[in-house]
Amino acid sequence: MENSFFVDSENLSEAALEKKHRLENDPSSRTDHMKYMDGMEIIQSDICEKVMSRVKEYDYSQYTARDVIAALEHETCSIEDFKALLSPAAEPYLEQMAQRARAETGKHFGNTVYLFTPLYIANYCGNYCVYCGFNCYNDIRRMKLNMEQIDHEMKVIADSGMEEILILTGESRAKSSVEYIGEACKLARKYFRMVGLEIYPVNTDEYRYLHECGADYVTVFQETYDTEKYETLHLMGHKRVWPYRFDSQERALMGGMRGAGFSALLGLSDFRRDALASALHVYYLQRKYPHAEMSLSCPRLRPIINNDKINPLDVHETQLCQVICAYRIFMPFVGITVSSRESESFRNGIVKIAATKVSAGVSTGIGDHESKYSGKESDGAEGDEQFEISDSRSFDKMYQDMSGEGLQPVLNDYLYV
Amino acid sequence: MTMQNDDKLILGGKEFSSRFILGSGKYSLSLIEAAVKYAGAEIITLAVRRANTKDHENILDYIPEGVTLLPNTSGARNAEEAVRIARLARELGCGDFVKVEIMRDSKYLLPDNAETVKATEILAKDGFVVLPYMYPDLYAARELVNAGASAVMPLASPIGSNKGLAAKEFIQILIDEIDLPIIVDAGIGRPSQACEAMEMGAAAIMANTALATAGDLPLMAAAFKAAVEAGRKAYLAKPGRVLTRGASASDPLTGFLHN
Repeated sequence: MENSFFVDSENLSEAALEKKHRLENDPSSRTDHMKYMDGMEIIQSDICEKVMSRVKEYDYSQYTARDVIAALEHETCSIEDFKALLSPAAEPYLEQMAQRARAETGKHFGNTVYLFTPLYIANYCGNYCVYCGFNCYNDIRRMKLNMEQIDHEMKVIADSGMEEILILTGESRAKSSVEYIGEACKLARKYFRMVGLEIYPVNTDEYRYLHECGADYVTVFQETYDTEKYETLHLMGHKRVWPYRFDSQERALMGGMRGAGFSALLGLSDFRRDALASALHVYYLQRKYPHAEMSLSCPRLRPIINNDKINPLDVHETQLCQVICAYRIFMPFVGITVSSRESESFRNGIVKIAATKVSAGVSTGIGDHESKYSGKESDGAEGDEQFEISDSRSFDKMYQDMSGEGLQPVLNDYLYV
Repeated sequence: MTMQNDDKLILGGKEFSSRFILGSGKYSLSLIEAAVKYAGAEIITLAVRRANTKDHENILDYIPEGVTLLPNTSGARNAEEAVRIARLARELGCGDFVKVEIMRDSKYLLPDNAETVKATEILAKDGFVVLPYMYPDLYAARELVNAGASAVMPLASPIGSNKGLAAKEFIQILIDEIDLPIIVDAGIGRPSQACEAMEMGAAAIMANTALATAGDLPLMAAAFKAAVEAGRKAYLAKPGRVLTRGASASDPLTGFLHN
């Protein structure tokens, strides 16, 4: 079964519709997704080859219960063990995996859980990624906050108690320039202890500039590591270039960022191979940049505005839990974020096993924190959401709930040095 | 019995009766309470980066009076960053004690001895009481002494691992050769391991995960207190034949000289 992603808006011009349909139906009308576009830096890294050669040879149907049991008995989880834990053969051992994962989490993180919130400052996008609410053909209310509006949004969030913020934009260099994002980072440093970025991939010198503006963590979702599938989902725009995106975290680290976040969007392609690739991406980069702080997110596909049928297919909560436990056992030191795409009950459960970071007070829309936080009618325009969230708990509620689960919420564990 | 009441741990000219120090890796308010009340901790480590918070549950607000704060420089990747964090701690009102910890490896969190020596020298000159966390290497320990450290804190095994005295032989060398208090830090998972380190002659032990992850915090804290005290007493009592390193023959080997 596949998701059906294509939606035509009646507001598109005939020419736009025609181009859209051509991109959707005629692969030859699309650019080469493995070829860098002008201005994209090439860093000659060996990481991609290391990761993808391992992923290519992965046949998860080969693993048996015996491999899974052995993996759980080994003190250190090897790549082979990890592959077994990701395989279907591991599903009956989910409880044992969770037990082991919890022990590893305890050793490295104790009973702490970090809280953060995302702030979308613009939803303009130059890409046509068929599953994303921000895609350039999707008919949504577009908006870009000016500095005054960003300041206001940040104040509202900071007043709620939050100390870590993740700044996001749609992927449009034209509408949301690096300088614009840099200014937002400088503002964020006023209100928050820690500033992360989830924006379109940029070059090393631009990451360095953003670091100097106050950001220290960069998250880039690869969406899928399956290049052929990727080509059919990212039909137009800079994001279409798969290898430039792959090397984003490495460029960020080269640019002086302290840490990097990784993820595949589970449900786009074969989730086991994507989970393997995500983890190995972290694994090999950590060996090359041992000081870097790495984190993994585990998002699944969600419905978007104008397409409420999008779903994560075969990645049910059980499979997601298996992936997260396998990540934890393979890389006990890595931060694991579980976003508001997941339900309250799932998030409450998974923080006790392996997740170390959850978002709260989330809006994936633009300029709507005041109305969402206070219930007060907004007097300004608001931009539409990137996807539908599932867990809408406020900061206070999340703080109470996490404490109630016996966990110690942590708002900041970071110094900008 | 000559167990002295004047058996004090002296760091930076300050006297401490307790030889159990609470580490900072995992914290909760109940952990701090248990460490002070039941483990008798008089020194509590504090990650400056964790204290860098606004009003919600600032760890600084939960440190009982009379307890000495030992801010650490975790998050520092080199000497320069450690120095900056230490100075920030002083500005925050954490006093002059500082535990230097410099890690350039996010996987194992092993300390970088060379950078640690550099930071220790700068901070000691700046008037800090420097307690450097280090990988147990004799040469590095000697350099830390020369750099002005007030104690040396070798790791027992990888942090958070609860594996105990994996570096036992090398810690013993430091205890034997270094004229500063040796505080065993990281990896102590059980009271028995803490006891063994004290018996070897460690001046104090630092633990965190072992307490933080215990089923009954107060009870485990009390167990650590008893273990540290027992090990200290055994060390002061000068272990007899059974406990000394290597056995001694019951018939003297040099008996023939007297025949």
